Amino acid sequence: MSSSTHVLPLRVYLFVFFSLLGLTAVTVAVAFLDLGPFNNVVALGIAVLKATLVILFFMHVRYATRLTGLVVASGVFWLLIMVGLTLADYATRGWLGVAGR
Amino acid sequence: MATDNLAHHFDSYEQQRESASLGVWIFLVTEIMFFGGLFTAYILYRSKYPEAFIAGSHQLDVTLGTVNTAVLIFSSLTMAMAVRSAQLGKNKAIVGFLVATIVLGSAFLGIKATEYHHKWAEHLIPGPNFHLEQTHLPTYQGKPVSAGLPTGIVGDSPADVALPAPARSDIQAHAQLFFFLYFGMTGLHAFHMIIGVGLLAWLIVPSLRGRFDANNHNYVEGIGLYWHFVDIVWIFLFPLLYLVGRHG
Repeated sequence: MSSSTHVLPLRVYLFVFFSLLGLTAVTVAVAFLDLGPFNNVVALGIAVLKATLVILFFMHVRYATRLTGLVVASGVFWLLIMVGLTLADYATRGWLGVAGR
Repeated sequence: MATDNLAHHFDSYEQQRESASLGVWIFLVTEIMFFGGLFTAYILYRSKYPEAFIAGSHQLDVTLGTVNTAVLIFSSLTMAMAVRSAQLGKNKAIVGFLVATIVLGSAFLGIKATEYHHKWAEHLIPGPNFHLEQTHLPTYQGKPVSAGLPTGIVGDSPADVALPAPARSDIQAHAQLFFFLYFGMTGLHAFHMIIGVGLLAWLIVPSLRGRFDANNHNYVEGIGLYWHFVDIVWIFLFPLLYLVGRHG
């Protein structure tokens, strides 16, 4: 009963490993192409994809309890809030005049 | 072999394991916030000085960075295999995978140290001796960049005051911001790896004693989570630092 550890088959780990290597090659190759602003989008998209693979499989979040998944998701969500608010501040500075100046 | 170490406040081993992973994850969320602040600083300064960041990024060695990325991903695989061996109670295999992970982690740190040394030799450490050898940019922020003039931060030396082309000093100053972030972020990342290698070395002892089995492998799982997290940080650092504006 108590030993219900979910042991993933070897091929899952190998698949994730080779996917990560492949995505690294892609991200390097794409960096040398001129895609304009999409260079950043592709680079970050691939990084997010790689991180997701690591989190779901190497870190077993796909097979963990919902509570663990919730903690991970809310951590990322909170980071986006913090970054978003900070960038909103910097991006909008000077939009409004300061009274008295 | 397997010791009965279910803590009295847990109903089952399963609950004990889940609590342990959850605790590590809570810690990792604080780490996300910690590195998140640095990534925010990176976004702000890169959006403010994009050309200087491109010039700075061009000083980094893409080959070494790519090799290091592969080394770290490989170390994550061996770490995952160590956890899997622990789940299966194969303690000898755990030791093997731990040693492999330590070797790969140390290889990463060695390559990183080599890169740092290159940057030192090339005067790319932020400070009075910083000097970005370049520049392929004819202008910076709309101002012409004249080559062959004294360098340094504006106002550092009498020569700078008389600079006809302030752009040259500006790009030196702004490129230093890139290298501040480069050394700050990769340095903190490397520091995490050094701690990780220490934790892995420490794990070898209980593995040699055959401590881990399907019920009890929380230490391996927890340290594994930490190791994979450090891998994820690098997955973001690599394109953001090494691959900026590589085309053209």
